[in-house]
Amino acid sequence: MRQKTNLSDELKWVARKLFEENRIDLLIGYEKGTLPLHNRPCFVSSVEGVDKLVWDSLCANNLATYLPRLFTRTHRPKGWKPPRVAIVAKGCDARSVVGLIKEKQAPRENIVILGVPCDGVVDLRKIEDALDGACPVSAKVAEDGSIMLQLDSGKSVQVSREKALFDACSDCPYPDAPVFDIRIGREIGDKSARRPFKDVEEFEAKSPEPRWKYFLEEMSKCIRCYACRQACPNCYCPTCFAEQTQPKWLGVGADLPEVMYFHLGRIFHQAGRCVDCGACVRACPMGIDLRIFTRKMVKDVQELFGYEAGISLDEPPPLCTFKMEDDESFITEP
Amino acid sequence: MKTENPKSEIRNPQSEIPEQWQPKILAFLCNWCSYAGADLAGVSRIQYPTNVRVIRVPCSGRINPLFIFSALRQGIDGVLVSGCHPGDCHYISGNLVARRKFALLKNWLEYVGIEPERVQFSWVSAAEGGRFAEILQKVVDGVKQVGPIQKLTKDI
Repeated sequence: MRQKTNLSDELKWVARKLFEENRIDLLIGYEKGTLPLHNRPCFVSSVEGVDKLVWDSLCANNLATYLPRLFTRTHRPKGWKPPRVAIVAKGCDARSVVGLIKEKQAPRENIVILGVPCDGVVDLRKIEDALDGACPVSAKVAEDGSIMLQLDSGKSVQVSREKALFDACSDCPYPDAPVFDIRIGREIGDKSARRPFKDVEEFEAKSPEPRWKYFLEEMSKCIRCYACRQACPNCYCPTCFAEQTQPKWLGVGADLPEVMYFHLGRIFHQAGRCVDCGACVRACPMGIDLRIFTRKMVKDVQELFGYEAGISLDEPPPLCTFKMEDDESFITEP
Repeated sequence: MKTENPKSEIRNPQSEIPEQWQPKILAFLCNWCSYAGADLAGVSRIQYPTNVRVIRVPCSGRINPLFIFSALRQGIDGVLVSGCHPGDCHYISGNLVARRKFALLKNWLEYVGIEPERVQFSWVSAAEGGRFAEILQKVVDGVKQVGPIQKLTKDI
């Protein structure tokens, strides 16, 4: 029997087993970064690399982002076979993987989802704020989930879990992978029955001018680096509408109308697909509050069509199907 | 930091509508119902506003939300999308799938603060020339109330 020590060890044990039994060619997981607090994605292709794997609440990236490019290669050498990939998946990552499988970006039979229990990942910006300019030289996640930091001045600081977590994580309804092949550790269980969408409702309740003003303020920060798009597991189009030239939807400038067009389009493309993992917000170098807008899509799809992205493999995507009794209250009547 | 785009300042549209201003309306009409409906309005000599520019599309399911964003950015004051009544689609379910998209799109544009009068959706059958004229009148009246588009337009 394997021993239940900690999740990283269990993950390594499972990964080693998978490689030894020749069930996978590649494993996508996390390893320690060179800087404290920065765990980074890593690709392990043989049993030798297994020992560098880690799992804790500093593993923020959504690893599903890397999946489509493994299977949709344009250059396929003779004898190329789609790889068999194991992916370390938090609740949100697993939901993204399910979305990708549904959209035929990854074959189900080639994917081994290693579901890890996740009670939230750490927001580096919040830690930076808490440290007020001080530089951490090492970081550790304590037993109770708080973050222990050793500063360059020799002092040590403890940041509580509530203060360190991402906003997206603190009200996450799916801490466990809803679809998985192998579960690492124990299930956390449903933390809350439903995500309340309080922020979106508050925003909706405002009058149009403040809403527009907020949208404008956020959009005027954008430098159009496309980091949000690159980090998003759903944005796998080989040619994004932002870069298409026939038709040329939008120009290359970073002036407001173009920026707004890009975000209106990109966020609308997330309808029924966004799992609210927060990857776009993490990636944004300008600190744009994208979540208030992406979550509107999540909320609307849930309310209008009763659909949540990435929960099951069988449900058809909401915009590929219809019901005769769908809402029609928005239709203009004479 | 970027300089503020003066066009995007919040203004009170009511106070700024020029007197002689007429809105530009873009209508996406489906080939099988609404386009024929508009045609019927014409041959029946039903008066309807001349502000409209029509683009014929094979089905309301053809509408890409980017069409609508593009129209607004290029200075169209209002967009009307019209298709067959639910259940009457020439392609069986094109308008039903589109309806979901439209519901989200309508909410989405309103959410970021764009006036709901600017983008409207309707069903008009080939026999409803009068209905087409009425809906178009309603769209034009609505857009006249909110004034020229300023929020998404780009000066070239």
